[in-house]
Amino acid sequence: MDDPLLIAGESFNSRLIMGTGGMPSLDVLDRALVASGTELTTVAMRRLDPAAAGSVLDLLAARGIRALPNTAGCYTANEAVRVAKLAREALGTDWVKLEVIADERTLLPDPLELLTAAEQLVADGFVVLPYTNDDPVLARRLEQAGCSAVMPLGSPIGSGLGIRNTHNIELIVESAGVPVILDAGIGTASDAAIAMELGCAAVLLATSVTRARDPELMAEAMRLGVAGGRLAYHAGRITRRRYAQASSPPAS
Amino acid sequence: MTVVVNGEPHVAAGPMSLADAVALLTAAPTGVAAAVNGEVVRRAAWTSTQLSDGDEIEVVTAVQGG
Repeated sequence: MDDPLLIAGESFNSRLIMGTGGMPSLDVLDRALVASGTELTTVAMRRLDPAAAGSVLDLLAARGIRALPNTAGCYTANEAVRVAKLAREALGTDWVKLEVIADERTLLPDPLELLTAAEQLVADGFVVLPYTNDDPVLARRLEQAGCSAVMPLGSPIGSGLGIRNTHNIELIVESAGVPVILDAGIGTASDAAIAMELGCAAVLLATSVTRARDPELMAEAMRLGVAGGRLAYHAGRITRRRYAQASSPPAS
Repeated sequence: MTVVVNGEPHVAAGPMSLADAVALLTAAPTGVAAAVNGEVVRRAAWTSTQLSDGDEIEVVTAVQGG
């Protein structure tokens, strides 16, 4: 079925957004990205290393995958805004995955710095996709600030703990007027499917693929998980019942 | 004159532009951005941006992440 993902007026056929961190090599990354079917993939901004071999940007360009720069590693709004501006200049895109984290142990978003950075970037013309807590109130504030999507975590980055508070994700989906993208915490394909069944518009994941035993195979599993979950969301799940309901006609 | 490029001190004998500083690291600066003392400088202005003693230059690009 024709069911594109729309973010800030741009259309994507795939509802799986990939991260690229933690891949053993660019070759494995390339195969996994192709298997995932993704059309939008995050990159980080770092000091240029003259000794670096190969470029993730060249790889994405060759595959026709749009690069989405992030502000990973930023702890303050000021830092995040500066990195976003560097990314805009380097990559020629005003899209940014906004990450402002509170501490290294949890990598949880710092809500106050996040909102401040979002406001500044929106005012500067950026299309802001914020990585946020699974807090419906903060999600609403980010949307009101002009963000083009909200990206609540399922659980901490890289934890693979899945979606710890499905109720909050449902509440966010229910009231959001922008796409809700489940970002972080996905451990395996069923987690991605659940995110889509809850009504999320897309899933963003990295570690569950990049650190899987077979990243290419897991990328395909994620593609199918997201697609299956999306179809189930449209199809409408049955009501949960306390007792059995026979699916065969009674034997007369 | 000494400038700091990505954390490394660099001694320049004569005048040095931001374009010269970027060229220390890469010959093909596509996908690259530069900042002087924290301020992002548009690529079009790299050649005309003259560096001063003590300037801190950041030259960044996209890497795997996120």
